[in-house]
Order: sequence, then C-alpha cells, then structure tokens
Amino acid sequence: MIQVIAPRLTPGTARLVVEDLRIVVAGTGTDVVDEVSFTVQAGEVLGLVGESGSGKTTVALALLGYRRRGLEMAGGRVMLEGRDLLAMSDAELQGLRGARVSYVPQDPGSALNPALPVGVQLREMLGAHRDSGGTRAGDRVMEVLAEAHLDASPEFLRRYSHQLSGGQQQRVAIAMAFACRPSLIVLDEPTTGLDVTTQRHVLETIRTLCRSYGVAAVYVSHDLAVVGQLAQQVAVMYAGRVVELGPTETIFGRPVHPYTRALLRAVPSPERSEVLEGIEGQAPRPGRRPPGCFFAPRCPDVLPVCRESAPPIIALEAGTQLVRCVRAGEPATRGVGIRTVVAGDPAKAPSGGTLEVRELCARYGLQPVLFEVDLRVGPEQCVAIVGESGSGKTTLARCVVGLHDNWTGNVDFCGEPLACGARRRTKGSLQRIQYVFQNPYTSLNPRKTVGQIVEQPLEHFSHLPAAERERRVVAVLDDVSLSPDFLGRYPDQLSGGERQRVALARALVVEPELLVCDEVTSALDVSVQAIIVELLRRLQRERNLAMLFITHNLALVRSIAQTVVVLSEGKVVEQGPVEEVLERPHDRYTIRLLEDVPKLAQVRVGGSR
Amino acid sequence: MAGLGTAIQHPAAGSGIARLRRREWLSVLSRAVRTRRGTVGVVLMAFVVAVAVVGPFVAPVSPTDFVTGPFSGPASGTPFGGDALGRDVLSRVLAGGWLLLLMAAAATLFGVVVGAAAGISAAYLRGWADALIMRTVDVVLAFPSLVFALLLVSIIGPKLWLIVLAVGFSHAPQVARVLRASTLDISERDFVKAVELQGVKPRLIMAREILPSLITPLTVETGLRLTYSIIIVAGLSFLGFGQPPPAPNWGLMINENRIGLQLNPWGVVVPAALIALLTIGTNTFSDAVARVALGVERRAEKDSPLEDHVLVAPR
Repeated sequence: MIQVIAPRLTPGTARLVVEDLRIVVAGTGTDVVDEVSFTVQAGEVLGLVGESGSGKTTVALALLGYRRRGLEMAGGRVMLEGRDLLAMSDAELQGLRGARVSYVPQDPGSALNPALPVGVQLREMLGAHRDSGGTRAGDRVMEVLAEAHLDASPEFLRRYSHQLSGGQQQRVAIAMAFACRPSLIVLDEPTTGLDVTTQRHVLETIRTLCRSYGVAAVYVSHDLAVVGQLAQQVAVMYAGRVVELGPTETIFGRPVHPYTRALLRAVPSPERSEVLEGIEGQAPRPGRRPPGCFFAPRCPDVLPVCRESAPPIIALEAGTQLVRCVRAGEPATRGVGIRTVVAGDPAKAPSGGTLEVRELCARYGLQPVLFEVDLRVGPEQCVAIVGESGSGKTTLARCVVGLHDNWTGNVDFCGEPLACGARRRTKGSLQRIQYVFQNPYTSLNPRKTVGQIVEQPLEHFSHLPAAERERRVVAVLDDVSLSPDFLGRYPDQLSGGERQRVALARALVVEPELLVCDEVTSALDVSVQAIIVELLRRLQRERNLAMLFITHNLALVRSIAQTVVVLSEGKVVEQGPVEEVLERPHDRYTIRLLEDVPKLAQVRVGGSR
Repeated sequence: MAGLGTAIQHPAAGSGIARLRRREWLSVLSRAVRTRRGTVGVVLMAFVVAVAVVGPFVAPVSPTDFVTGPFSGPASGTPFGGDALGRDVLSRVLAGGWLLLLMAAAATLFGVVVGAAAGISAAYLRGWADALIMRTVDVVLAFPSLVFALLLVSIIGPKLWLIVLAVGFSHAPQVARVLRASTLDISERDFVKAVELQGVKPRLIMAREILPSLITPLTVETGLRLTYSIIIVAGLSFLGFGQPPPAPNWGLMINENRIGLQLNPWGVVVPAALIALLTIGTNTFSDAVARVALGVERRAEKDSPLEDHVLVAPR
C-alpha cells in the first residue's frame, strides 16, 4: 500500500535523530538545507550521498552542532542520545565534540597538526576528554592505534604527519575519532583522496570499528559504490533536501527517485561495459531553487505538476523507503536500467597517428619513477593506463606530451622520435598531440574568456583569418555540447564539468591525432564524470582520435578503452585488451586492484556486507 | 582577434561581470576610492595635484620677481611673505609643484616597468637568467635608494632625465622581488603549462598569460612606489640635485628658506606641508587599494570545487 505520510521517526534505540533540520544563510533566510530528517541506530552506518552543492557537508557538520560562517540553524532538532545538540551552549558542545560525537575530515593531511608528532596529538585528544580515571593515556593510545590497524610502536608515535602516507594519515584521523568511544562518528568523504587499495583498507577499518563498538556513523560521500560497501541505510540529498531514504539494498536495487536512478546510471562498473549516463545541468544553488520539485528542470520523467507544487514524501516498502517524488507510486519508474556497449569499434580502417613508447625510463631528480615502459597506441585506439597513486602514470603522460623532460628511451609518434621537452619539439608534433589536464579548476586562465582560451591554440598553430578561427571555435564548442553563449564567459562562471569541456575544446580545436587525458574526471562528480566520459567516447569515434586515458579508476576503463596497461611502481605489470585483462587478470597486482574496486553489483546482488 | 572579439561582445559579454573584470585594475581602484581610507587618500592627493597643476596659471606674480624684502612676514600682497631673496612664497609654491609630480610619476612608471620585467622574467625563465637578475637586484638593493640616486647623479651630473631614471631604477629591485614571488606561483599553474605545451614563446607567455594575473600586486606596488618617488625626488631637490636655483621647486624652497625659519616660517612650512600631504595621500590610497585587492584575491581563492559555493549563494 502506498500512503502519503510525514516522515515518522521511530523512537527507542535510535542513537541519532535528525528532525526537520533547516539551515539558512544568515540574515537572508535563504535555505541551504531544509526538511532533513533521518535516524541512525547504534552500530549502523548511514550514507549521505549527493553531488557537490547538495548540502551534505552542511548537514554533516550540523550533526556536530557546528555551522560554517554565514550560516544559521533556523529550525529542527539534532538529537544525540536524547539531547538536542542545537539547543546546547558552546561549552556543552565543546565537551561533547570528540567525546560523544567525532568527525573525520576529507583531507587528513590538513587536519593533523604538522608541527606535533602523531602520539602527542592522540594523547591530547584523550587528555581533553578523559579524566585521570580508567586506563593510562599511553596504553590507551596503543590500543587505539592497534584498532585502526596502525603500527603501535613508540617509533610510530614520534612521527610527524608528513612522514605518513595518505592512508596512514587517514587512519590516524580515524583512530583519533574513535579514541574516546564516541556514540556518533561523522565521516566526511574520508577516502576521496586515497587510491582503491588504501580506500578498501580504510573502509574495512571503519566497518569493523563501528560494528564492534556499536558506534553510529554518518558517512558523507559522492561515491555511491563506496557508500554501498559500508552503509546499511542511504539518504540521497539533492539541493538541500533528502530526496530518497531507505535501506541500502532497496536504494541500490530498486531506486525510485529519478535522481537516485540517474546517479546510479552514472557509476561506471568494471564488470560491464556500460553506457554511462550523466545528469545534464547543475543542482540549483540556494536562493535560485525553482518552485515545485527542485529536480524538475533535470528530470527525465517530469510532469507539469512537478513544476508547480513541492512533491510529497511517499513511503514505500512498508515505510522503510521514503521518496520525495510525485511519481514514486508508479511501478514503471522503478529500477536502474543500464545499457551495455562495446567501447569503441576497433574494426575500422586505420588512419591518424601511432604512438610508440619503448624502454622509457623517467626520473625526478635522481629518483627514478619509470622503468623501461613499453607501450603502443594504435590509430583510433584508446589505451587506458591504470595504477595507484605513485605508480608513475601521470609521469608517463607528461613524458609523452613534453611536460616532463628528464627521461631516456624512445617515444615515437607516427614513426618520428619525439624530443624530450615541449620546447625542443616541432610545432607540428606539438599540435598533433594534445593534453587535457586533471584539474579543470587550474588549467584555464581565470583572466580569459572561454572564447579567448579556446581560440588561443588556433591562433598559434594556424594562420587562419579571424572569421574562420571564430567559426571553428564555435564549432568545437558545439562538439563538446557548449553553446556559443559560453564564448564571453570566464572560467569562474562555469561548473566543473563545463570547465573540463572547455579544456577539451581547447585540445580538440587544433585537430590533434592523439589526445592524452590525465585523470580528467577525478576532480568531478560522478554524474559529471559520466558526461565527460561519454563525450570523450563520442569524440574519439567521430574524430578518429587515438587516445591515452590515464586513470586510477578501473571501472572507468571498461567504458572507454580497448586496451589497458596496468602500471605498478613505474613498471608495466600487465597489458592487453580490456576484456581480457579485467576478466582474466594474470598479474597479482591487477587481481588485487580489481578486488579493491568498490562495486555497485556487490550491493545489488548480495546486500551490504 | 577582431572577429572573435565581436562574437564575444554579442551574446553573454554584455553581462556586467565580464566587462568589469576585463578592466580589473579599474574596478579595484574604484572600489578602493569608495572606502573611507581611500576617500581620504584621494582627496589629499587631488588637493596637492590641483595646487601643482592649476598653480602656475593662478600665481599672482612671477615666481622669480623680487616683490618684497627677504624673509618678510605675511603682508597684504604676499599672504605667505617673502623668501630668502624677497620673492613671493605663494607664487613660488603655486608654480613649483608640477615638475616634482611629473618627475615622481615618470620615475615610478620607469621603476615599475623595469622591475616587473625583471621580476617576471627571473621567475619564469629560472636558471641562469634568474640568478643573474636576482643577484643584480641584490647589488642594487645594497644601496639605500637616495644614496644610489645621488651616486648616479654625482657621476653623470644633475640632469632631470637622469634623476628620473636614477630614482626609477632604485625602485626596480623591490618591484622585481614582489613580482618574482607572485610569478613563481602563477607560472606553475596548469593554464600556463597548457600554453607552454603549444610551444608558444616565453616572451608571449609572460605577457599574455602571466601578466594579467599580476594586476593586483602591480597596482598595489605602483601606489607604494609613487610615495617613495615623491620623497626621493623632493629630497634630491632639497640637496640641490634637481632644477637649478632660480626655478621654484618645493624641495629646493625648503632648503633655500630654512635659514630664515624664524623670520618667515611659511617659506618652509607651506612646501613641506604640501609634500607631506601628498605622500600621506598616496600612501593612504595605496593602502586602501592593497586592502581591496587582498579581498579580491581572497574571493578568487573561493574558486574551488568544494561545497563552499553554497556560501556565496544569493546575489
């Protein structure tokens, strides 16, 4: 039976109860987050999912009674073990934070004090909240470290945060968060900066700690696959509202809200080669949210009524799944629906360039980073280079394009050897190989318009008249699905996905034969990543491009490349057709890498572990 | 460029943000003027500049005519009395400012251009160019600017153009240091690398990619250097390295009239006060510019993929 109800909260064992939380921009009353309600039981993990700008971090911080400057708690309650955090004084909150509720930040590198050894920081944390009673602080520190699977030796305690790897730093932060046995722990994208293997270990640690100590956890992430691994409940946020809330298996297996379904379609999988469908457009910013359903402008199933009135909350599955959508009751709207494809079409008449890398050794100063790498990118072929951070994949890309010049070996393009640095290369070879940077937030000159940015290489490489250049700029922008309106805009007026499209347009406008993409989606949301990957796939086909696609995300490889090269510690450990390598990996490293990738399928089939 | 330029004008470029930003230094200046600090600075500067510019045309008598007794006190025709030789102090003050201002401005311009070129090249080219430029800078910095200017002038002679060059050149090292630091940061950004990958000449990269990002430090530095230029140019005149004696000049006047300070203080006080007001004005204004510019920078840093965007919401 379907019934429209207000979100009713089950009293009783709930550790954390959030009721109608409303946070506004101070002074204006513009809501950033509104009508957010959920409950977390002891020992349970709730995943808070959404694109950037959905308000998930704002909600997460509110769980600690904290608000960022310029924001104001305007209503609702955050009940931790029956006490309302929002009604507490600063002194009370101070006593609570760290002890009863703790926080693991996204970037542990900046959360740990670089001037203090790890041990001192852990002891500080314990000392602030634990009086003389109980075990001695020193013993407790050892215990806490062991729980987080860290080396509990005195040597380790003397280390400073810069002497630890990213994974170790994050585990120290987790150890600190668990140190005082809090009843609630808030994790804000704690694995976003880590590679898959480290991520897996960190997730494992969080899972066992939550389970064994009965800690309630709220895990904020934009990565659905990660949340699926860890959470028992998922709340999907969009534009400051929870649009769908329910048990993980239901949300992943039978998602109802169009936004949830779109998000799931955007997640790549290493098991199947899928068409990734992104979500066009952006979540509306606070103050610019439309009347009616906030998702209506981007919704594929939109009805006229959606634009007029706010959607009701509809309870499904005996009240365990709450959906903020008018059409939630219609059976046809359930499920994800995924189309599979074969990436590219290798059986075409080859044209264009071939990249041949032989015995490439590269070093930074005296530190060697690449050892005798061999690699071949055929015409119109997409080769993916995969590896953990530090495996040398970006260095490889930078050697090929000419940004890194300290290398030996052969890099031939179309039979011609390429010189070491870009300055020593001919104009022609520079034009034929184009590079797309990882971070679109730094790769576009903030003082130039999109038109100027895209036209600039054309001006340099060709002697076309201005009118013809302009025509080409407009054409290439159209190719990356940007309208001519963008010509006059500046980069800071664009979203991340739009910026990356501009960067792509800049590379494509001179009609290169080889495109080198260095982690081009890692700074973007999953929904935007899907759009960019689809765009690349289409452009590669249409423009007969050869492509070198660098990524740490094995799941993406399946969607875009025909050949994959697995790099570990500067050496090629395995290479071959994507299907073969991903389905029948031979090398131990590849096998481990594949196992570590969080997969949606595990959730769909087996439920959360 | 023209073709694309028209295209840019047409659809979205009409939006205020785009046009404002293209003249970013103008927007920084205009916002600085609107702060209280900035208003005070501009009013002071405007007053002194007006005296210097309009003065020569409204001076009651010729600045070189002997109209009263040496160091005679204020009288009906001579409100500020006479100077050491019995010339009208008011007329000399009105006529004696424009050259000082012009020289200070020219020296500032020269110093900032040379310093910026040196600093940007040093940071961007690195290697031996960096070493050569920065060691030269260290050498020049070892002399106090006034001493450095004096040294040059006493070698070559007190020519006005030489004073301008000397003062300007003594500013270049400080400007170079500031801009080198900013350039070091900017030249490592990906958007510069992207242009390098096209094989664009370093000269063009510095001019087109890096320079526009340095507008803020440049504006601030120019204001600061202008203050120093005024002080040094006036100081040199005081010491006799400037216009030769019969000519009216604020710096020179202070020197000429200081022996009669007890007889007619106005001969020293008025030019000194004008120089003081001018430097206070430029200093206050450049401080206001620096504050506004820093605010601008801080907002540009918000330009991150994080959710902080939420906070910048309503316009």
